[in-house]
Amino acid sequence: MTQLALSIRGLQKTYDNGIVALRGIDLDVAAGDFFALLGPNGAGKSTTIGIITSLVNRSAGSVKVFGHDLGTEREAALSCVGVVPQEINFNQFEKPFDIVSNQAGFYGLPRKLARERAEKYLKQLSLWDKAEVAARTLSGGMKRRLMIARAMVHEPRLLILDEPTAGVDIEIRRSMWQFVQSINAAGTTVILTTHYLEEAESLCRNIAIIDRGVIVENTSMKMLLGKLDRESLILDLADPIDVCPDIGIVQLKRVDATTLEADVPKGTSLNELFDALAKTGIRVRSLRNKANRLEELFLSLVERGPGDAK
Amino acid sequence: MNAAGNWEALKTIVFREVNRILRIWGQTLVPPAITMTLYFAIFGNLIGSRIGQMNGMRYIDFIVPGLIMMAVIQSSYGNIVSSFFGSKFQRFIEELLVSPTPNWVILTGYVLGALARGVMVGVIVLVVAMCFTDIRLHHPLVTVVTLLLTSVMFAFAGFINAVYAKKFDDIAIVPTFILTPLTYLGGVFYSVSLLPPFWEKVSHLNPVLYMVNAFRYGLLGVSDVPLATAFAVMFAATIALGAFSMHLLIKGRGLRA
Repeated sequence: MTQLALSIRGLQKTYDNGIVALRGIDLDVAAGDFFALLGPNGAGKSTTIGIITSLVNRSAGSVKVFGHDLGTEREAALSCVGVVPQEINFNQFEKPFDIVSNQAGFYGLPRKLARERAEKYLKQLSLWDKAEVAARTLSGGMKRRLMIARAMVHEPRLLILDEPTAGVDIEIRRSMWQFVQSINAAGTTVILTTHYLEEAESLCRNIAIIDRGVIVENTSMKMLLGKLDRESLILDLADPIDVCPDIGIVQLKRVDATTLEADVPKGTSLNELFDALAKTGIRVRSLRNKANRLEELFLSLVERGPGDAK
Repeated sequence: MNAAGNWEALKTIVFREVNRILRIWGQTLVPPAITMTLYFAIFGNLIGSRIGQMNGMRYIDFIVPGLIMMAVIQSSYGNIVSSFFGSKFQRFIEELLVSPTPNWVILTGYVLGALARGVMVGVIVLVVAMCFTDIRLHHPLVTVVTLLLTSVMFAFAGFINAVYAKKFDDIAIVPTFILTPLTYLGGVFYSVSLLPPFWEKVSHLNPVLYMVNAFRYGLLGVSDVPLATAFAVMFAATIALGAFSMHLLIKGRGLRA
């Protein structure tokens, strides 16, 4: 039987102001997984993460981290978890080295080991040359990486990344993902929330989508993407056209003189599409997806609403 | 975590607090020295020489214990309230809350940090006082225990203030409107035996009176209140405030949604 890194049962949260954030969710994440937890703003992602990391008190339900119940074995459960929050939450007046090594201390690591780990992760995240400057002087991307180093310093078995790349440029984002992929490959379970759905699609093996406090989809990324029954393609044409052609097998829409949008049903061969277009004298110079595939599914799921969830 | 892990976590919190105190020494250690130098110079030397004797001793000698206590109270309270509220405000308290550090270790760490500043300031003010008058310890054990107990008690009080505070104004209200009046009316500058009987009785409701007088007994051997009563009040208040602080931390009041 696969070991579970995270097991959530009947988790509910109603805030003091009456807002119901979670309506009894069940969620399992296998050990070693790279798992995406997606949902629109206010769906309940951060509340779920807050409960797992003990920053939010749950109203009902249970959370187990590697078999340790958060209610009865809080310290053992939290020892397994590292979290990178959405917002910057370190002391801006402290030095990165102190921030990371102190965090190791909070997890009970002896001072010598804490300092060695701080050096190791600051180096791995390219922050070693900034180890002794005030944290407030770091750039936005460096601050994000510092929070990853801090989350990794006790080498957790479960790393939770809550929108870690928000506002981070592409180069730093890629280097961050390389690092996270490497620790996942080494055995750390990773749970990711992000609004960059192409990141989730390319990184994660399994996915849950949460909307208005309910899990509306929980499956493998492959299975989810397999549900997509059509795909919108943007065709850049070699020559301008005045009228949108009718080719029968695919519905076309003229965007402008040199651009067509094709609504392609699943199973339709691109060769058939190109042949049909060639018969009308249209030559295609290049094509691309109109939107990310996961984005299309995501929107269809959250627009459908939790009441329609299976 | 096991005992060794808890010990490492406690050390980390205390070292972080002490580092903070030393890093911003201009805000944490110097002001009490300057303020108390002025008190000793103006109230002790200039005005005190005209007042004459208080409880059978020179006025400057009489006010030394109270002024040391006043500095200790303000420093212990101020340290934890600003440090803990600052960690809430900047949200880096979450570093501790997401970790397996037990609540009692978190509270003990912050209280020991406040105690460290209280003791540092107490020693600084004592050295300043020695520039103005001769100080001999009448009862060292009473002096040390009173100093530590007072510092811990006001650290708990500061912690409770920080937990409830939602903005910076909230951490200034209690020191301004409660702590300072209680300290000034707690027999720092006068013997409560000088007051009319009614106000003397009212003064006995002020917990600071017991700390100042216990400390005065430790340094000078005189007190307006029985020593046993003073210690009973200090122990009871410390236990009550400590228990309430722990309750707030366990419930996550102002910390966990």
